[in-house]
Amino acid sequence: MTKHDLVVIGGGPAGLAAALSAWNAGIRDILILERDKEAGGILNQCIHNGFGLHHFKEELTGPEYAGRYIALVKQTGVEIRTDTMVLELDENRILHTVSPKHGYETFQAGAVVLAMGCRERTRGAISIPGARCSGIFTAGAAQRFMNMEGYMVGKRVVILGSGDIGLIMARRMTLEGAKVLACVELMPYSGGLNRNIVQCLHDFDIPLYLSHTVTDIRGKDRLEQVVVSKVDDKRRPIPGTEMVFDCDTLLLSVGLLPENELSRQAGIAIDPRTNGPVVWENRETSIPGVFACGNVLHVHDLVDYVSAESEQAGQAAAAFLLGARPEGSEIRLVNGFDVGYTVPQHIHRGLDSVEIFFRVRNVRKDTAIRVMDGENQIARFKREHMAPGEMETIKLPKVLLDRIQGDTLTIEIEEAAK
Amino acid sequence: MKELICITCPKGCHLKVDEETFAVTGNGCPRGAVYGANELRNPVRVVTSTVIVEGPARRLPVKTDRAIPKGKMFEVMEEIAKIRVQAPVAVGQILIPHVAGTEGNVVATKALAAQ
Repeated sequence: MTKHDLVVIGGGPAGLAAALSAWNAGIRDILILERDKEAGGILNQCIHNGFGLHHFKEELTGPEYAGRYIALVKQTGVEIRTDTMVLELDENRILHTVSPKHGYETFQAGAVVLAMGCRERTRGAISIPGARCSGIFTAGAAQRFMNMEGYMVGKRVVILGSGDIGLIMARRMTLEGAKVLACVELMPYSGGLNRNIVQCLHDFDIPLYLSHTVTDIRGKDRLEQVVVSKVDDKRRPIPGTEMVFDCDTLLLSVGLLPENELSRQAGIAIDPRTNGPVVWENRETSIPGVFACGNVLHVHDLVDYVSAESEQAGQAAAAFLLGARPEGSEIRLVNGFDVGYTVPQHIHRGLDSVEIFFRVRNVRKDTAIRVMDGENQIARFKREHMAPGEMETIKLPKVLLDRIQGDTLTIEIEEAAK
Repeated sequence: MKELICITCPKGCHLKVDEETFAVTGNGCPRGAVYGANELRNPVRVVTSTVIVEGPARRLPVKTDRAIPKGKMFEVMEEIAKIRVQAPVAVGQILIPHVAGTEGNVVATKALAAQ
């Protein structure tokens, strides 16, 4: 068994940023384990631009953003081991791995950062009826085929779900000569960023059908038709509203799930709302010395926020290794009206400041976020526009945190004025 | 007044642009004012794609190094489809200068090490 101070699971943007910040905090024995052939994670297939405006203050493509981080990590003594799959992590921070080069190995880590990212929901997860023909891809799988392997996945395309990857693929396939017939969204609002609706759908006159879903898939070997129906306010298909699209490809962009098999196996407490570990403000999980950041913790909209969160986790892992532990009693964060989840789920009393990330359950205009200590409002943040597709963040400075009397803090959305 | 959603950054500000003076309101930063006015006068976009690599790596990601006129997007794609590259390639290396008669160059967005 090999010993390392810090082992980071995953060499995507979260793992790279966590390793780099732990290095900058003085840790010198850091190993990143990455299962793909190269570091960079999902950014390698996200060839479009729009990354890095917050972090690097310029607009980069995915590979450029990853490349900058990889270059920074390469200037340090951080070791990146690619082609290496972590099979198991246990509560004593022992990792079991396998790789073509080294075979089966075990590592004892002083601290662990979980940065495994997320996976796409598949056809099985949303139970679409119909034929089991070829031509049905998750949007991310199609993106990898096109942008990295160089295969065109289809010529006439329908996209189910309006998540960002689906929207990006609508544009990508159109530019490569495919006809994208429609983007179909079950909810009455889009799951993706507004800018992607504009530059990926409107720019190419691709219709977006809100409150619609795929109700049948037809085809013998290859997909031939999909049937799209309008849904009512309980998301049930309305008979008589069927539209038939002749197409050879259906892309699914129906949500992402944090990939926590390793975390669950290790016995780390998982929040059923995020499907990610329950964490403190420093991103420490329920197992001391094990931290989590990026999409394995909760699905982010922007890689810039992943980097920021991961720097925090890396610094916290470094502090743990150097023997510094957070003090202060627990304050639990409670999800109030229309708040779907919060990260972190609990914080220590007496912090200098804390940033709270969350998502609302419904689209809202001209409202406010309230932070309640029991009946007592300690902060209120106005918002012109909020949507489930856009992660919200509020920052509570020490002056506000010091006002908390109780042991819970409720984050809630103000109900519309009567 | 023309209503637009700014695409400069992921925030997606809701802009209102005056069709005569090109004055912009609703923008959260100065880039939004530039975007709003441009979008009515001469809409531009950055195009990203991949090119074929001769050798074991399959595709190299590329982009236009500035936003090019929206109407030229498909012409740019045709130019990109014509070329082949060989390692080594550096990030930012110009692969097609002044693509499709625009001021933009097609540049590599990933490094390709020598084989």
